[in-house]
Amino acid sequence: MTAFIMQRARHGALSIVGIVILVFVLARLTGSPARLYLPEDATADAVAQFNVQHGFDQPLIVQLLSFIKGTLQLDFGESLLYGEPALNVVLSRYPATLYLAFVSMLIASTLGILVGALAAARKETFADKICRVLSLGALSIPDFWVGIMGIALFAVYLGVLPTSGAAGPEYWVLPLVTLALRPIGIMAQIVRTSMVGALEADYVRVAKGKGVGERAIVFKHALRNAAIPVITVAGVLMAGVVNGALVVETVFGWPGIGNLMVAAIHGRDFAIIQAVVLVTGTAIIILNFGIDLAYSWLNPRIRVSG
Amino acid sequence: MRFVDRTNETDAARVKRRDRFSVRLLHVLRSDRLGQAALVFLVLIVLAALLGPLVIGDAATHANLGKRFVTPFDPQQGAAYVLGSDALGRSFLARLLVAARTTVVIAVLAVVASALIGSLIGTVVGYLGGRVDSYVMRIADVMQAFPSLLLALIILYTVGPGLVPLIFVLAVARMEVYVRVARAETLAVRERLFVTAARALGAGPIRIVLTQIAPVIAPSLVGLATLEFALVILSESALSFLGLGVQQPDITWGGLIAEGRNYLRDAWWVALLPGLAITLTAVAVNVMADVVRRTTQSD
Repeated sequence: MTAFIMQRARHGALSIVGIVILVFVLARLTGSPARLYLPEDATADAVAQFNVQHGFDQPLIVQLLSFIKGTLQLDFGESLLYGEPALNVVLSRYPATLYLAFVSMLIASTLGILVGALAAARKETFADKICRVLSLGALSIPDFWVGIMGIALFAVYLGVLPTSGAAGPEYWVLPLVTLALRPIGIMAQIVRTSMVGALEADYVRVAKGKGVGERAIVFKHALRNAAIPVITVAGVLMAGVVNGALVVETVFGWPGIGNLMVAAIHGRDFAIIQAVVLVTGTAIIILNFGIDLAYSWLNPRIRVSG
Repeated sequence: MRFVDRTNETDAARVKRRDRFSVRLLHVLRSDRLGQAALVFLVLIVLAALLGPLVIGDAATHANLGKRFVTPFDPQQGAAYVLGSDALGRSFLARLLVAARTTVVIAVLAVVASALIGSLIGTVVGYLGGRVDSYVMRIADVMQAFPSLLLALIILYTVGPGLVPLIFVLAVARMEVYVRVARAETLAVRERLFVTAARALGAGPIRIVLTQIAPVIAPSLVGLATLEFALVILSESALSFLGLGVQQPDITWGGLIAEGRNYLRDAWWVALLPGLAITLTAVAVNVMADVVRRTTQSD
């Protein structure tokens, strides 16, 4: 067990180093990073001065070392748009995204598990087919388009919901629906597949033979054993939620990191982009480490094979 | 095919014919209404994307301010305006067709590039194993954990938007999936008798990967690529919506939605129709991916 945890921790640490180097390489790809950090109309003098000031005239390896040193000290540079350290700006925007992500994941996993489990229990019936078509639709629909259509219908034509912003509960409805749709589809399909397998297992037959009710079989016996693949998907879905946040927050003007990231791109604020990428990447890698631990705790067999 | 005279066909030839991928695919399709509908829809989309721009001429770029925001299905406006017009009075049907071509071309190129390169990497590291294998898989782990859209955004920001960078980021962002699947399949095939036999006969690693392993693992990779096609269309539309996709005058369905977002009150169809096109295409592709998956699993 300890060996497994150590191995996973080492992989996680390596991945974080990988992301730091990736950001460094990308920033240097375009020649001088001064072009990325400074506004587009900066004079040649300003660029030269900026280069000397930040050590961009040094050899690449020296730059890499000082970049890694800065990252370790959590210094991601100063934001051009906000005039304060990029890390502070990014961290102040994170809670809004996390609230939205958390609530929509809660909705998505509840609905997804419910729909998937019921579809598996009623396999090959009309209800199952409806569930499959709906989850396929949820998977295939562009999330930002759902958001825009929601605004057009409920805010512009009917006037019952606000178009954008984040204040009272009515501001949450459209972003939550938009963000939860795709995870619901993915979750429902995965739960259905693994439940179909679980419902054919011997222990279900035994439970049936003992006279256990259908609801108890589906939700107690089978669902518990079908939970393992669902947990592995959770990690991939987290990356998906960040993807979703990027577009959904733009559509609804939600004050989170997705919105910040897009604003930073249009305002050419590289310090912010760098901070978002490093913070998000590290958070997701730590989260995946946690998922690995939960997974090995639930399923002792994988510890052996690693 | 039905009219081919097969009276002299040997049993071996018949087995070989029945074993062909396309024949088995048709067999699965025969009993699947949804699959047939999806296939017909996709063929229509591809035909419209390829031939449509030839038929409509310059209608997609021909502005006519007298015909701003013509409502769809208005019989007095003629065939060109059957789906209405946009803010510059351009035929929206023509805009959709031109955008369809760009969207399909980008998605096909991105999927083919990432499937070919990713599968090759996965097969080679799976066959060789050892240190290279574990390094490549660590990189794949990072790419899996990292939000693909975030990666695409930062690359497009540093390199600059455009058609080629867009195809590049779409291909790179999903390459990890093919590496993973090709590697896993190769590991399963590597120790089988025919590979050992080829090795004993003196075949080198490149020959074994290309002639012995690749044909066996190809069907599941084709299935994966079909599934990925829908995802690439969705990612491309999101990037174009954020303004980092192709730039004017090129346009994709995602870009049309971004345009339509400004006219929600005056012209609902400008944002609605391209989104509908994306959704239907993605559903059809997902249905076809399911058909391909069942075909490859039926042996």
